[in-house]
Parts: sequence; C-alpha cells; structure tokens
Amino acid sequence: MTAIWRNKENQMCKIAPPGGAEFHDVAIIGGGVVGCATARRFALAGAKVVLLEKGSDILSGASKANSAILHTGFDAPAGSLELELVRAGREEYLSICGDLGLSIVETGALVCAWTPEQAGMLEAIAAQGVENGIAALRVISAATARGLAPALSQTLQAAVEVMGEHVIDPWSAPLAYITQAMALGATVLRNCEVLSGRFEGEWHLETTQGIIKAGAVVNAAGLFGDVVDSRLGFEPEFEIRPRKGQFIVLDKAAARHVPKIVLPVPTEITKGIVICPTAFGNVLVGPTAEEQEDRTRATVETATLEMLKDHAGRLIPALADMPVTAVYAGLRPASEKKAYRIAVRPEKRAITLGGIRSTGLSAALGLGQHALGLYETFASLPAAPDSPPTPGMPNLTETQPRDWQKPDHGEIVCHCELVTKREIEAALNSPLPPGDFGGLRRRTRAGMGRCQGFYCNARLAEMTRGRFEAALDVPGKDDL
Amino acid sequence: MTRPDADAIVIGGGPAGVAAAIAMRRQGVERVILLDREQTLGGATRHCGHSPFGMLEFGRIYIGGAYGRKLESAALQAGIDVRPGHSVVDLGTDGRLTVSNAQGVESLLARRILVTTGAREAPRSARLLPGDRPLGIVTTGTLQSYVAFHGLMPFRRPVILGSELVSQSALLTCLTHGARPVAMVETTPHPLARAPFNWLPRLAGVPFYPSARVVDIIGRQRVEAIRIVQEDGNEMVLECDGLLLTGQFTPEAALVRNAGMALDTDTGGPAVDQDGRCANPLYFAAGNVLRPIETGGWAFREGRAVGTAIARDLLQQPVETAPIAVLHDDPVKLVVPNLLRKGGGPHNALSSFQLRFTRRARGCLMLEVDGRTVFERSGLWTPERRVLVPMPAGVTEANHVHFRFREES
Repeated sequence: MTAIWRNKENQMCKIAPPGGAEFHDVAIIGGGVVGCATARRFALAGAKVVLLEKGSDILSGASKANSAILHTGFDAPAGSLELELVRAGREEYLSICGDLGLSIVETGALVCAWTPEQAGMLEAIAAQGVENGIAALRVISAATARGLAPALSQTLQAAVEVMGEHVIDPWSAPLAYITQAMALGATVLRNCEVLSGRFEGEWHLETTQGIIKAGAVVNAAGLFGDVVDSRLGFEPEFEIRPRKGQFIVLDKAAARHVPKIVLPVPTEITKGIVICPTAFGNVLVGPTAEEQEDRTRATVETATLEMLKDHAGRLIPALADMPVTAVYAGLRPASEKKAYRIAVRPEKRAITLGGIRSTGLSAALGLGQHALGLYETFASLPAAPDSPPTPGMPNLTETQPRDWQKPDHGEIVCHCELVTKREIEAALNSPLPPGDFGGLRRRTRAGMGRCQGFYCNARLAEMTRGRFEAALDVPGKDDL
Repeated sequence: MTRPDADAIVIGGGPAGVAAAIAMRRQGVERVILLDREQTLGGATRHCGHSPFGMLEFGRIYIGGAYGRKLESAALQAGIDVRPGHSVVDLGTDGRLTVSNAQGVESLLARRILVTTGAREAPRSARLLPGDRPLGIVTTGTLQSYVAFHGLMPFRRPVILGSELVSQSALLTCLTHGARPVAMVETTPHPLARAPFNWLPRLAGVPFYPSARVVDIIGRQRVEAIRIVQEDGNEMVLECDGLLLTGQFTPEAALVRNAGMALDTDTGGPAVDQDGRCANPLYFAAGNVLRPIETGGWAFREGRAVGTAIARDLLQQPVETAPIAVLHDDPVKLVVPNLLRKGGGPHNALSSFQLRFTRRARGCLMLEVDGRTVFERSGLWTPERRVLVPMPAGVTEANHVHFRFREES
C-alpha cells in the first residue's frame, strides 16, 4: 500500500490514487499532530485508516508552530479531560519514543515569579500540581532556582521547580506516528480538502480529490474544526477563535544559559511567554497570545519580535546579545471555552476532537486513545495486528548522534544545522516525503539555522527540483 | 603531550585564509592545513559574478569561480594541505578542532588556529521583518548562488531591500538573469553606495524609495506583495514575487560564539589585537569575519599580514599578556583591531585602525591615547565607508586608547 503517487517526472500527483474510492474503516480529517496520533492509534487497533490533509504536507496548520514541550500537566485544570489526556499522552510518548527513534530531553521547568504578587501565587501552583498527581514539584527560593539556572536575572523572587517536563522534536513525533500508521496500511492524502460529507450508513466525503468512503470520521481539523463539523452536516458545538503566538529562536550559543524551561506565572488567558531550550540546541522565546479572526494568516510583527527579544534579555541577561536565528508565528485552535471540545455522534459514527488549543503535542497520543475509546462505543474493529512495525525516525536532535557524525554522509549541505546530503535524500525518498519546502525543513532542519539558507537555499532548490508544487525557483519565459 | 597535527590550521578558504596560509608557508611554517566546508575554495568570491578579483594579488583579473580555482592552485603550489569538504564544528580552547567530513568526524590539533570564515548577509529573521514567511525571500548571496551554481532564479519580480554596493550588484544579477526588480527600498534618506554605483537603479528604470520601512510581507506560498511606509507616512503596496535582502553583512562567527570565545559586540566578529590575535592567544582571525565587510583584495592583504604574524608567533610560546580594549564613542560603529597587546613586535599585522560609522555625521574624529589626543580629522562621515586611522607609534604600549567624536551641527 503506497500513499504517495508520482507521475513519470516523479512529481506528486493531485488525483486520488486508484483505490482512493475504496472503503476505509475511519477517515481522519486533518494531518496535524492530533490527526497523525489518532491515525496511528486506529491503525494499531486494526482499522483501515485514511488521513485527509488539506495542505500540501502534514503539520501545515497549528502543529507547525509550537513550543515543543512535552508537558506533565501540572498546571492543567484539575479533573479536566485535558489533564487526563495530557497525562495519558505523555505516558504513551515516554513508552514508545525509544522504539520510534524519538528523542526526549528531560530539562525540567521553573515557574518563575518576578514580582512579590507572583511569588504569592507559587504555593497555589504547586498545590494544583500535587492535586493533578504530579509529585515531583516544589516551591524553591530564588537562590536555589539560580543554582539550577545560574543565568536567571537577579530580579527573580522565587520559583516552582517542576521535574519531569521534557522538550521533544515536535515534527518528528507526528511524522513517526503517521509513518507507523502507514506501515500498518494507512493511506495519507495531501492537498485533499473535505468539502462536504453525507452519512448513509457509511460516510461519503466529497473532497478536492474525489469521493472518499469511510465507516466513521474523526474530525481533527484544528483551526477548521468547527468548519469541518458544519461541512459534515452537524451543528458545530463550538467556535474556533484563532489565537496567534509569535516566537523567536535564539542561536545555539544561547542554550548554555537556558538549561531549564523557564515559565512565567500563568494568567487566565495564557500560559505566557516561555523561554525554553529546544531539542535542537537552540533557545525559543514565545508565544504571544493574540486573538484574531483570520484562520490561516499568522504574521510576525517587528515590534512584537523586539519585545520577545527584550523579554528574554530581561529575564536572562546573557541572552541580550544573542543573535535571532529564526522567527515564526502560529495559530492555536482555541475556542470560546478553555476546555477541549470533544464531541461524539454515535448515530452518525463521527467524532470531533476540537479546541485543542495549546497542549496538543503533549495530549495527541492521549487524544488518539480517547478517540478510539469513543469509536468503540458504536463500532468494533477486527483484531489488532500482533507485532506492529516500528519505523524509526532519523535523529535531528542534539541529544543523540547526528548523521554528520557518521561515515559516508556524502557532504554537509546545511552548515548551520549540520544537515547532510544523505539525510536530505533520505527524507525526499521516505514513505511520506515532504510535500513542500516547509515539510523538508521540518523533516531535516535544512535551512532552519542562523543563516536561514544564505549558504544552502540554492542547493536545496536544485536538490528539490520537480518535487514540490511550490518550487523554490521560478522559471522564466526563456527557461520553460 | 599529544603531537599537534599541524603547526597552523586555517578555517575557511576564501581570499584571507588562502593568503594567510601562503604567507605562513613562505615564512617557513612547515605544516599548514587549510579547511573549507565547501567543495571548492574561494568563499564568497565563488558566486560574485560581477566583481573582478585578483589584480593586486595575482596581476590579472578573475571572475567568480575562476578566482577560487586560482587560489586553490596557488595554495597547492605553496605546499598547503588543502582539505575541502571539511566542516569545523567545534573549537577547543586548547587548539583542538572537531571536524566533520564525508568519512565522519575527526579531531585535529594545531599550535595556532586562524579563523577566516568570512561574512554573510543578515537573513529575514535577524532583521525582525514583519509579515508572512513565504518562499522567495533571499539574500544577494543566495541569489548569486542560485545563478552561479545551479542556473536557477528564486524570483522574477523582486523588491530589493538595501542600497549598499552589494545591492547594486544584486540589481545587476537580476537584470542579467531574466528578472525585473519592481523597486529598490532603503531605510536611510540616501543610497548607501557612492556614485556612480547609486545611479544604477535610475539607469535601469527601477524606482528607488528612500526613508522607507517594510511593514508587511504578504504571500501564502510565495511572496505576493510587500507593503512599505515612507517617512512622510506615504504607504505603498508593491506587487512582486520575491524580496531580495541585500547587505547588512554579519560576520560568520558562530564557531567562535558557540565556543564561548570573546566576540566584539560592535563588529559581531571575534575581538582581535594588532596582530589579528584573539583573546585566546592560540586563535587568530582575519578577513571579513573581523568586520562587515571589505573587498576580496583587502581580505587577501589582511590575511597575508596576519599569516605573517602567525609565522612569527609560532617561533615563541603563545603570548600571555592580557589585552586592553580599544574604546569608541557614538557614532563610531566599530574599530578593528578592538584589542591591543603590549610587548608586540615592531611590525603589527594591522597597521591602521579601521573604523565605520553608524550614521551620516559631520564632526571631528579624535584618537586619544592615555589622555593625549594624537590624531584628529574633521569632515563628513558616512555609514558603510572605510575609515582608516594609522596606528601611532607606541600605541600598543598604552593603557587607554579611545576614539572620540565631536559632532558639528
């Protein structure tokens, strides 16, 4: 079973493969981290899965921009479904990451109080953590906190130390989930937008690639969760209110000053701006929380980026002179309520995983388990495969040996992130090759470093010629 | 103690690195290794299709890749162990380098290390430009790599941001490779390149917008438009398919920064003394990694001078003298060398202080050595122009060296 179809020129075909009209047990709408994790869970349970992604690659929406933290759930609302799924998702991640070749970095976190008012809230934060079942956290003095992270500013008042918080590779993880699902027979269709659906004992989904038939649907459409629900003929139970987050990434030299995830005391609206080491050896500062109407456009603003830079330099003075490597912005699929918006419609064999506003990366595997549990209330699956394949991801993080450290890598193409020719070729020829340049960057880190492609962009344009519908180069009249 | 793999290792095979390596060999240094992460030597000159290189150093003109090939043959002829395809990934304080090549990782130890890693243009992220992040936003260096190495173009109707000399070069690259720039945009009121280069946009019929800021980049997959605002509040949407970021060079000093070695915050490159020696006396630096930016010919001569100083330094133990910092007032942007060490030889590798200004300013530039003004010159000073102040005799023995500026309205 191949999910990728190429024509003679090795270009991605836009038409559905022959057999696209075949029957699937479940169609998952949306190739973000939640969709990928859910596809994996259903495939592991023996379902014939099809994943429908509107973008030219998976992780095109909310999942492409996040803070890459695997949360413990210490600050989630007590007794909430979100807390339950964050904990379940984290636990499953920790149990499968070794088999799937996914790195984790156990940094721990410090919730930092910078004012006496904030310091007064730390006991409550710690108590909430204990109530949430997180034993490994404690209120510590500023001096103790600076013992753990010496670069923190002298203005620090006190902190809560949270052990067991991790940073992970936020793109390899969902890619591993969907790759494992594909190894179990799942089909991935990209550039495939669901336009409408009707249920007549089974689902007939009208998509930009023709009719897809499935026994059940899972709506994991993220920023378009409510839109997809209404396209399926449902009265949406929630309304997506996109919340933009802007980030800056500081160069690798910054990492030695940020050994721990530095969290602010959260407010009602947002967890606040985090200063956080990444698994790739950089430091990330963000996100902001800005409500907006637009569901696709996530712009960065100069003043906000400057604010993030100043913020980092104020809390950790050594970061003030660090060069900005990258800037980005993402939209979180928040809704009008804080809680996850999960809906199940057994009579229509439909499940909606909506409003996963900020803990999606941590909770994704838990959401997959939860969706399967909901499915089993109205349908059953044939026996699960005995020993599922565990396709390993190539390591992109600084915690494990990288490809450039191994013989015969060809050459280093991206010098800033030390990405080899062999890694790029492997990604281009993987079971789910990138559908666009962003997908290549997420799969290899090529072009993600401090020069942002000054040295390697032209080479990448050449290496990816004919691969992407949105090519890096623009042919002129004479060249055609 | 482990026997070093080389007397000196040069990191980066552009004009400065090759010139330094050749100079060291001529001075009798036996084992010189030259590492370059690319497959061919030449550094930035490889993709500069318009600038002629080599007249002063080789007595004739070479264009683009030909200059790199000439450097390579000169290096081999001089008996240098040239190793292309070798990326240095870590600098050890003891002179041990971690190097990756196609065979894997190796460790190389040298008695002295010279960093000649050059400079590059600031990308969109470092400029904190607003808007979407679509395809088609590239620097001049990237554009010229598209053209020179692969025969490709990243856009056909770009807006050019910047008006330095390199911006005019970028404009030429566009015009000679089937692209038609929509406009040239600069934040300052005057073009930064001097006449006659700054006439180029007008000659080519490309509108020039001074005192303008980019306030939005619009485009889902590829750049579709740029929104700019001029000083008078006039706002314009320029439809285009790319944004060409030119100039704003920044030293490629990440190796030095990541190793925790001292960087000069004004230049962005390693801090060096009068011989190009860093705070860590096993390390030297030369060429455009010292300051953004100079010509290839300048880098070659600077490399040659620092290479000669390294050869001299290899005859003795590494110096232990702590350097003093050279200070400066606003609007002086940077000074190279930014350190001075006492007890050096009679001939400094760098015989002048090189200065740049942050902005256009009229006034008197003065050099104060231990409280005494030893140099002053009045005039109009402009950004991105080289200013040279000869090093007065004995300045390296001073305790306080300070460039002052008295602005005249």
